[in-house]
Amino acid sequence: MLEIRNLTYTAENDGDPFGIIHGIDLTVPDGRFVVITGPNGGGKSTLAKLISGIYRPTSGQILLDGEDITEMSITERARNGIGFAFQQPVRFKGLTVLDLLRIAAGKSLSVSDACQYLSEVGLCAKDYINREVNASLSGGELKRIEIATVLARNVKLAVFDEPEAGIDLWSFQNLIRIFEGMRKSMEHRTILVISHQERILNIADEIIVLADGVVTKQGPREEVLPAISGAKFAEDVCQKLV
Amino acid sequence: MSKLDAVQLQLLREVADLHEIPEGAYNLRANGTSVGRRSTEHIEIIPKENGSGIDIRIQPGTKNESVHIPVVLSQSGLSETVYNDFYIGEDSDVLIVAGCGIDNCGKQDSQHDGIHRFFVGKNAKIRYVEKHYGSGDGEGKRILNPVTEIYMEENSTAELEMVQIKGVDSTNRTTIAQLGAGAKLNVRERLMTHGEQVAGSVYKVDLNGDGSSADVVSRSVARDKSYQKLDLCISGNAACSGHTECDSIIMDQGRILAVPSLEAKSVDAALVHEAAIGKIAGDQLIKLMTLGLTEAEAEEQIIGGFLK
Repeated sequence: MLEIRNLTYTAENDGDPFGIIHGIDLTVPDGRFVVITGPNGGGKSTLAKLISGIYRPTSGQILLDGEDITEMSITERARNGIGFAFQQPVRFKGLTVLDLLRIAAGKSLSVSDACQYLSEVGLCAKDYINREVNASLSGGELKRIEIATVLARNVKLAVFDEPEAGIDLWSFQNLIRIFEGMRKSMEHRTILVISHQERILNIADEIIVLADGVVTKQGPREEVLPAISGAKFAEDVCQKLV
Repeated sequence: MSKLDAVQLQLLREVADLHEIPEGAYNLRANGTSVGRRSTEHIEIIPKENGSGIDIRIQPGTKNESVHIPVVLSQSGLSETVYNDFYIGEDSDVLIVAGCGIDNCGKQDSQHDGIHRFFVGKNAKIRYVEKHYGSGDGEGKRILNPVTEIYMEENSTAELEMVQIKGVDSTNRTTIAQLGAGAKLNVRERLMTHGEQVAGSVYKVDLNGDGSSADVVSRSVARDKSYQKLDLCISGNAACSGHTECDSIIMDQGRILAVPSLEAKSVDAALVHEAAIGKIAGDQLIKLMTLGLTEAEAEEQIIGGFLK
């Protein structure tokens, strides 16, 4: 279970304090598929980075399965079972897709196992396994590899920051199938997705709306979705592509 | 191999991946003298009359054969200059593995300067692998100043893999190449310096024949207080194409001067250079840390990949 208690995060803007997250309280039980949505600049990605340890909160607490992880480093949180897929995947000169998947798995991963993760994200494994994770890959390819690195880890809390961004040539259905597969493979695994897309909101167990750094709505999809449907930030991916 | 001690055998593994006597032609040099040599039907290794090195003569048409000529120094205070000349016959296709390992546990400097000249015949193809490595905790410096000269005839091909990853205190590397018509040169240099090491690497490539091409890429990492100067120059003197690239990671208080340069003496010369120096990107470290690595482990993975 993920618990967030009175979490605040204040950044600096030209030397002046600039509040981004203002005292959030959240509880996410195990085995839930939760989508955090809301307008741009509302603090969604910041919250995801606070959970994974990339940002340190100004005050408040984060607990995972009852353990206070607020002071834990990124590495410690990763080793405690938190996975994080970046909105903008990182490029590496020299490191191959296989290298990255092996690091993610934390063990000697066979080529066939690595290929399976790539196949799950819709990449033909033999074409990619030895490719460098560098600028020769397109944004969409990098995004799928990013998702594969989270699949290769056996995490209990997977955080995806706008996983649909940049994968417009790949079917949305596949992304949803991945999320479903992740839930099936571990009953108590929690998946936390930052997204604007109604198609992802449609499969959520629970939706959290974050605006101006505070939770404005939280509850089961059946309750929250009708209230936000048609809101500017909740876009239909197909409409966006058109 | 039986004449080598444990330190020398370790050096040999580092520079030439050799665990036993290699197949094919070889010459092993340890502490200033030859400790083993074998010529084959197609590859002859002949000591120079003045004792300053060896001549390696590869017969025309020799295919899929290899020559190993590693050097190990484990005696502190030893300084030597060795001249090795390779004559590669037309239409041959061979692998040449050189490299030098120095272990210096003493107070005096140890130095090996290998001067290698390659005369590559028409249509011949060589792959040359040179690894340099230093070890030992003595005060004496480990110094390597290799010079590589390559003279390439029509339609010949040379692939050079030049690696110096660890333990060499001071190095001045010089590579000179002259290419005839249709000749192709491909260089991949990997350099890492640490501590107070100083490394200089100079390439001077002359594309003299129509249709010749060169791709010279240096990737380097300067850690601690080390210094590197990378000076990669391609001259286009005909209808040719050349690309040179210095790509470096700087860490700690390291310093790097990268000077890729081009000189065109023909309107049909197509030449490109690139250079980039930067620290390890913070988001690269963060990404690997989210996969469970510590910052130090992430750094090692990034450098290891970069220098692979």
